[in-house]
Amino acid sequence: MTINLLLQNIANGLSLGSLYALIAIGYTMVYGILRLINFAHGEIFMLAPYFLYFGILIFHLPWWASTIVAIGLTAFTGMLSERIAYKPLRDAPRISALISAIGVSFFLQNLAVVVFSGIPKSVHRPIFFTKIYQFGEIRIQSTLFASIGVSIIFLSLLLYIIYQTKTGLAMRAISRDIETSRLMGVGVNRAISITFAIGSALAAVGGILWSLRFPQIFPTMGMIPGLKAFIAAVVGGIGSIPGAMLGGLILGMSEILFVTFLPALSGYRDAFVFFILIIILLVKPDGILGIKVQEKV
Amino acid sequence: MKKQKEKICTIIALIILFILVYFAQNRLDAYKIRILNLGAIYVTLGVSLNLIYGFTGQFSLGHAGFMAIGAYVTALLVLPPYYKEVSFILEPLIWPFTVIHAPFIIALFLSGLFAALVGFLIGLPVLRLKGDYLGIATLGFAEIIRVIANNLPHITNGALGIKGIPEFTNLWWTIGVAVVTIYIIKGLINSSYGRALMAIRENEIAAEVIGINLTNNKVMSFTISAFFAGVAGGLFACLLTTIDPKAFMFVMTFNILAVVVLGGLGSITGTVIAAFLYNIFLEYLRPIEAGFNLGPVHFPPIPGLRMVSFSILLLVLILYKQRGLLGGIEFTWGGFFRFCNKLFSNKKSTEGSAS
Repeated sequence: MTINLLLQNIANGLSLGSLYALIAIGYTMVYGILRLINFAHGEIFMLAPYFLYFGILIFHLPWWASTIVAIGLTAFTGMLSERIAYKPLRDAPRISALISAIGVSFFLQNLAVVVFSGIPKSVHRPIFFTKIYQFGEIRIQSTLFASIGVSIIFLSLLLYIIYQTKTGLAMRAISRDIETSRLMGVGVNRAISITFAIGSALAAVGGILWSLRFPQIFPTMGMIPGLKAFIAAVVGGIGSIPGAMLGGLILGMSEILFVTFLPALSGYRDAFVFFILIIILLVKPDGILGIKVQEKV
Repeated sequence: MKKQKEKICTIIALIILFILVYFAQNRLDAYKIRILNLGAIYVTLGVSLNLIYGFTGQFSLGHAGFMAIGAYVTALLVLPPYYKEVSFILEPLIWPFTVIHAPFIIALFLSGLFAALVGFLIGLPVLRLKGDYLGIATLGFAEIIRVIANNLPHITNGALGIKGIPEFTNLWWTIGVAVVTIYIIKGLINSSYGRALMAIRENEIAAEVIGINLTNNKVMSFTISAFFAGVAGGLFACLLTTIDPKAFMFVMTFNILAVVVLGGLGSITGTVIAAFLYNIFLEYLRPIEAGFNLGPVHFPPIPGLRMVSFSILLLVLILYKQRGLLGGIEFTWGGFFRFCNKLFSNKKSTEGSAS
């Protein structure tokens, strides 16, 4: 193994990890507030590149405008799914909400088959995203820089919203105790809607960057990245936003490095991810940055 | 006296079921029999998931993995050796599997045992986790099992899967296994073990305080659940006659979970009803996709529409029946007679008022 190859793969791992981190945040925010595993998040992720694709193809929008529209529409879809499918179940057993989430996931995925058709489509990539930079022997595609850079920008924006604004304060309060926050006059429904909108918007950014890296989009493309991002959220400590970022990076890195060091076992790539998950859960059941909640007797 | 009466009722009901199965197997067309077969397999799967989730309160998402184990064990045991030579194209099957051959019933039993063994080994470390974390960890194991099946071409034929499995499964087998499963799990729940499991579901700490061994009971429940999932996997393999790792994705677990939740957690009756309804709906929505005429309007065939309408149906059901169809109510002979009496006496009183 040359040092160049290692560096190359670390760069790949970073870029994959930052995408996982973007998606993982949606899971972790929703779980932190509603204690709900939002299985539809992977489908929200899948919608964004489709919106982008059709924005360019049908409405002839320039690339940047279509991206903004796609992120907005995806955020709206996420918000709408919460209103329709999760809000009525807020006082129901938690498993009902989970079934509802999986129902939404089925629905969006198959709706995509009906509306967009199941044939994979190749997305348009602006020239500056296909450029390849050469550093000595390492070749890096500019999407890699873009995914890392865009992730950093959006994640710092998110941290600002969560820790510096009033809405962020409301979200943090709700995740502590939803009933008490309601009594204190926090607009719970509004804050939850905003949570879904932010989470979905980040998934949309992730989805669009994903489609630039792997330029084929199809209705089931959200399943595997969604599941892995969810694992990333759990590994980092579900409910914790820095944890989701960390988990995403760990997962992306270890996945790439596993394939690099053990190419013979590359078929076990997905199993390895789950293996990490189980090991971390057994050693530290609340994830790396999760807070241990002591059960009262 | 009352117990005796109930026993007689059960036996009569079983005889009626026996006659119904006889007619169904001989008179219905292959398509309907297949739906009923799937429904009965889902009953076995659902009831076994209900044991670990509905009665013990341990959120397990690993059923597809146990099913996969059962399906592969059965397939490898019942396939005639000649067929194995032909169908393993990627890499030849390794030694012990090339020669072993077992009748269907032994294959089913062994697949259950093997799934139970894996369930036991997984359960020991994992069942220390609680709530959603347990769900995720078991989901992880199910996925690992699937990935392993995908990567062992000399045992499982890799992604190609195993084809040409003899079609042993018929209504006798599926309904028979479902009845046996219900009988055993019902007996377990009504025993002192079952009470312990339900105590764990209600409150783990309280259960531990009154002297219930949490680990032992949870692992027992998990292992038994895995056993029946494995048997159901075997039935599934011999129903479809072809299996590949893709059949045991997370969607499979989700279908079982949906059956259990829609039927009502902790209700075996609910699971049975939901299992059949789920499969019947899933099949009878097919015409939607093939295009249909609604009065003068013709709807063209649209691929994917079936699952869209199914997911809407699922969402509506869960939104309006938040605790499932039966909401934890169980069928009992006492309840059945009270219901009949009520129906009967109502009729009498209306007749009386009319005359």
